[in-house]
Amino acid sequence: MRKLKQFNTQIASEEHISPGVMACPGCGGVLAMRLILKVLGKDVIVTTCPSCNSGFAQNYTVPSVHAPFAAVASWASGIRAGLDMLGDTKTTVLAVAGDGGTFDIGIQALSAAIERNENFIFVCYDNEAYMTTGIQRSSATPLGAWTATTPVANPKGENKKRIMDIMAAHRIPYAASASIGYPEDLIYKVKRAMQIRGTRFLHVLSPCPIGWRCSQDLSVKLSRMAVESKIFPLFEIVNGLRYKVQRPQHEIPVSEYLRLQGRFSHLDAKSIDKIQHITDREWRRLLAKESTATIK
Amino acid sequence: MASSVDRTKGTYVMLSGNHAVSNAVRLSRVQVVSAYPITPQTPIVEKISEFVSSGELKARFIPAESEHSVLAAVSGASSVGARTFTATSRQGLMYMEEVVHWIGRGMLPMVMAVVDALIGAPPDNWTEQDSSLYQRDTGWMIFYCETNQEVFDTIIQAFRITEKMSVPVMVCLDGSYLSHTSEPVLVPDIALVDKYLPGRKDAIVADPKKPHRLFGPAMSQEFNAKLRRRTHEALETAAEFRKTADREFESIFGRSYDDIECYKTEDAETIVVAMSTVAGTSRFVVDRLRESGQKVGLVKVRMFRPFPGNRLVEALKNAKKVAVIDRNLSYGHGGILCMELKASLYNEKKRPTVFGYVAGICGVPITPELIMQIIADTNAKETPEEELIWMGIGKSEKVKAV
Ligand SMILES: Cc1ncc(C[n+]2csc(CCOP(=O)(O)OP(=O)(O)O)c2C)c(N)n1
Ligand SMILES: [Mg+2]
Repeated sequence: MRKLKQFNTQIASEEHISPGVMACPGCGGVLAMRLILKVLGKDVIVTTCPSCNSGFAQNYTVPSVHAPFAAVASWASGIRAGLDMLGDTKTTVLAVAGDGGTFDIGIQALSAAIERNENFIFVCYDNEAYMTTGIQRSSATPLGAWTATTPVANPKGENKKRIMDIMAAHRIPYAASASIGYPEDLIYKVKRAMQIRGTRFLHVLSPCPIGWRCSQDLSVKLSRMAVESKIFPLFEIVNGLRYKVQRPQHEIPVSEYLRLQGRFSHLDAKSIDKIQHITDREWRRLLAKESTATIK
Repeated sequence: MASSVDRTKGTYVMLSGNHAVSNAVRLSRVQVVSAYPITPQTPIVEKISEFVSSGELKARFIPAESEHSVLAAVSGASSVGARTFTATSRQGLMYMEEVVHWIGRGMLPMVMAVVDALIGAPPDNWTEQDSSLYQRDTGWMIFYCETNQEVFDTIIQAFRITEKMSVPVMVCLDGSYLSHTSEPVLVPDIALVDKYLPGRKDAIVADPKKPHRLFGPAMSQEFNAKLRRRTHEALETAAEFRKTADREFESIFGRSYDDIECYKTEDAETIVVAMSTVAGTSRFVVDRLRESGQKVGLVKVRMFRPFPGNRLVEALKNAKKVAVIDRNLSYGHGGILCMELKASLYNEKKRPTVFGYVAGICGVPITPELIMQIIADTNAKETPEEELIWMGIGKSEKVKAV
């Protein structure tokens, strides 16, 4: 977290989500959006799409437009184009989607927008399932997790889709993973994204106590543990090539993270070992990308 | 500028229907265009891309990856107040469907040209009006055009209506017959179009200075229902404003259009009701039959949504029989124009007998001879033997249960 010094991670006390939000207690998504909106300030237009965020965006005090599920990146492209044509090149355009709206139904529009290098910030707040519709699997649901469509007898058998690899393959100007467990880091990444032109992508892990079957007061703690266990590493990718990976100050085995969540409670020792093995392997791969990033 | 504008300024140019659309878009100074290629719409967007690239049209063209994204992109631009346009056909319109409803119900100003052609399977390109008629429940205003000049003029009028009324407008032209056929079109001086289109002044757009949430969920049932009613009533008001927009148009350009057009209907005993290029061919047939003394007339339906039911009732009230020609089919029922017309007539004490013909689907030509055959069939019978009368479409093998 060396970069932190370059940016003032102080943020305004003014809130851009008014009280009375329709989010569940302990919602990681609303915490993520609260911080992100504080950094972006008032000169912003947000596009949302069906997700838990479409509910709590009702309380945004900045302008927002609700788009159809698959289309948030396209709608944001249009907002940018419209503003530019009307002579407003200053207002930040922000697209917000859940993991479903990013990894699954929205991936086509997102991919196309990045390929066109549309000038907006895309935030995926990732709660690792379709939560609005009642906890069904998405391609962001991790291996072994229970959801309403991956019952305990047959939990999710596939790995989480590696969305950051997909971002990198687009040579997107800026992509970063972030976490509500590390607010200064999240603030720094939003600020950095604001200084770059073109499409910028922020992947924010956002625990959902109801969907993860965990205690409501654990959202921040689990966010930190996801980083410490390297299940959700924090890193940045510039132009799809230059990686900067943050080493956790304190490391834990994945079992400690999994243990606190009911969605993993059916896993036996062998399954947990497998998750540990995959996590370690992916971590090594990530570090390798960082070290080969200087290749011209 | 106002009084110095000369309405005779303009040039006749040979234009296909598609290029009539592109030129109308150029003269309307559209700011954001997005489109995805599909036959027979493609020449519209190719031409617009040329205009944008040459600087003749100062706009951003967003080459989105699908029609769903196309309509979302123009919606995004419209939601901040830009003048926006798109065009599509067939599968493309079907692929957009979710967004068509979204902005129709949500009332976002924009203009879309639909080049009518059939929906797969099988996926061919011949003209028929199913795909655009299926949009009748979306909250859009829908026009069908007969000539390329009408296409050109309707696009320009559509911008006036959409920006004044916040109702999105669809302008439909028949694939092949208009889209790929050239006719002389009077292309006016851009100063005249500037005068006609003053620009957008929306009450609500997404604007950081006046923050609103647009299209958000979580409203009460009652509030939602009120919005639905508002969308419906906005279409009615838009139809009222259309008349004003047409008067303004006539005073500047010297041409005028109505929701419906009555041709030789005053003393007509049999009246053909048709839309789009079918109306053009029917007009020719009416003239021929009039020469031989037959009392026939034509009612052309130009505006399909909102449906001009009262106007049609009035126009048809003295006829004995009506022959509706539908180049479309609602499977399991019949021609869509015929169904809607019958519904409008139902409560009238004195009403003509309605014959519903389905003809020319999948691009089968609707020739003058076929229309004569239709009129002869109507005249020969007291009442229609069947609700749906196939005309010029052969019988296929009967489907058997397996
Ligand atoms: C085209 C379409 N299909 C399905 C839905 C129903 N739907 C609404 S929200 C949602 C899940 C959203 O999941 P995600 O993007 O992960 O956001 P979350 O609810 O988890 O915050 C679904 C399936 C929809 N609104 N639109
Ligand atoms: Mg989710």
